[in-house]
Amino acid sequence: MERTKIDLWVGVFVALGVAALLGLALKVGNLTSNNLGKTYSVSAAFENVGGLKPNAPVKSAGVVVGRVADIKFDSKTYEAIVNINIDQRYVFPKDTFANIYTAGLLGEQYVGLEAGGEDDSLKNGDKITQTQDAVVLEKMISQFLFSKASESESDSEAAGAKPVNKKSSETKSPEAASTELGDTPF
Amino acid sequence: MNLKRMIKSNLLTSITRFLSGIGYRMIARVWRLGAGTRLFFLTIVYSGESFRRFHLTLREIYFTGVMSLLIIIVSAFFVGMVLALQGYNTLQKYGSSEAIGVLVALSLVRELGPVVTALLFAGRAGTAITAEIGLMKTTEQLSAMEMMAVNPIARVVAPRFWAGVISMPILAALFSMVGVLGGYLVAVPLIGVDSGAFWSQMQANVDVRDDIVNGVIKSVVFAVACTMIALFEGFDAPPTAEGVSHATTRTVVISSLTVLGLDFVLTSFMMVV
Repeated sequence: MERTKIDLWVGVFVALGVAALLGLALKVGNLTSNNLGKTYSVSAAFENVGGLKPNAPVKSAGVVVGRVADIKFDSKTYEAIVNINIDQRYVFPKDTFANIYTAGLLGEQYVGLEAGGEDDSLKNGDKITQTQDAVVLEKMISQFLFSKASESESDSEAAGAKPVNKKSSETKSPEAASTELGDTPF
Repeated sequence: MNLKRMIKSNLLTSITRFLSGIGYRMIARVWRLGAGTRLFFLTIVYSGESFRRFHLTLREIYFTGVMSLLIIIVSAFFVGMVLALQGYNTLQKYGSSEAIGVLVALSLVRELGPVVTALLFAGRAGTAITAEIGLMKTTEQLSAMEMMAVNPIARVVAPRFWAGVISMPILAALFSMVGVLGGYLVAVPLIGVDSGAFWSQMQANVDVRDDIVNGVIKSVVFAVACTMIALFEGFDAPPTAEGVSHATTRTVVISSLTVLGLDFVLTSFMMVV
C-alpha cells in the first residue's frame, strides 16, 4: 500500500489526540495520585462526620495512607459507620485514634489517624473504637455564645449576693455582656 | 352586509391558512426527522466499505480533523487563558487563588471542551460537508454513482460520518489539554499562582472516570449529532444554488442548538449519583 502525505498528517493528528488524552488522564486527572496498591479495610463509628465524602484522603502525620471507601448510617446506634481502606504497607496499632479534620478553615474534610501504643495491629475488618467527630463550626459558635452568656449571668448572680453594690452591678452587667459579645470577631 | 361577510370570510381564510401553515411546517419537520433517522441507519448498515477501504475515511479525517486543528488549538488557548483570568478575579476575593487550576480544568474537561469543539466543528467541518454533498447532488454526481451501481451512502456518506466520529473526540481532548495549558500560562507565570498548588489541586479534584471519560462520551455523542445533521442537510438539499446555501445555514443553526440541548440532557444524566 502506497503511503501518502494525508496518511502522515492523519497519523500526527491521531498521535496528538492520544497524547492529549494521556496528558488529561495523567497530568490533569487523578490517575497517578490515586493508586494505593493493596489495601485492608477497617471501620470506625462517628457521631457526626460533617462533610466527609467517599474517596476523601486518610492521613497519618500528614501523609496519605488510605482513602475513605464508603459512609453508612447505622440505624441501631444512630452513628455514621465510615469504612476506610488503608494501604497494606502501613500498619497501625489496635488503639489507633481516628479524627475527622478539615484541611484549612473551610477546606475539604479528611480522616486523621493517630497511632496508639498497643502491640497488636489493626487487621482487615477491624473496628477503630476511639474516634472524634468532625468539628461543626455552627456548634462551636453557639457553644461559645452560650458560655459567654452564662458567664455574664453568673457574674450578675455573684454580684447579687452583695446587697450593697446591687444597684450599680445590675445596671452594669447587661452592658458588659453586650460589649463582650460585640468584641467577638463574628 | 356583503362587505361584512367578505371581511369575515377573509379573516376566516387567513386564520385557516395561518394554522394550516403551522401544521404543514410541523409535518415537514417530522418528515425530515424521520428521513434523517433513516439516513442514519442506512449509514450504519453501509459503513462496512468505509472500513474495508479505509483510505476513503482517512481522506475525510484529513479534511475534517487535521484541517480543524488550527482553529481548535488557537481558540482553546484563548478560552483557557480567559477562564484563568476571570476565575482568578473572583477566587482571589476568597483567598483561594490556588483553586484556579481546578476551575479551569473542570470547566474545560466537563463542558467547554466538548461543547465549544462541537460548535467550532459544526462551523468549520459541518458546513463543508453539507456544501460538498449538496453540490454533488446538484451536479447529479450522486445519481451518476447510482447509475454505475455505486451506493452513494456507502461511498460518500459513511466515510464522512466515521471521519467525524473519529475526529471530534480527538479534537475535544486536544481542546481541553491546550486550554489547561493556556490557563497554566496565565495563572502561573503571569499572575504568580504557585505551580505545584496549581497542578496538585487539579489532580486532587479532577476524576478520570467522572470528569474526563464523561467528557469523551459527550464529544462522541456530539460528533454523531453534528456529522449526521451536516450529512443529512447536504443529502436533503434542494438541487439549486439557493437550496445548498440554505442547507449550509441550517446545518450550523441546527447543529448548534442540538449540541447545546444534548449537552443539558447528557449532563443531567451524568450528574445523577
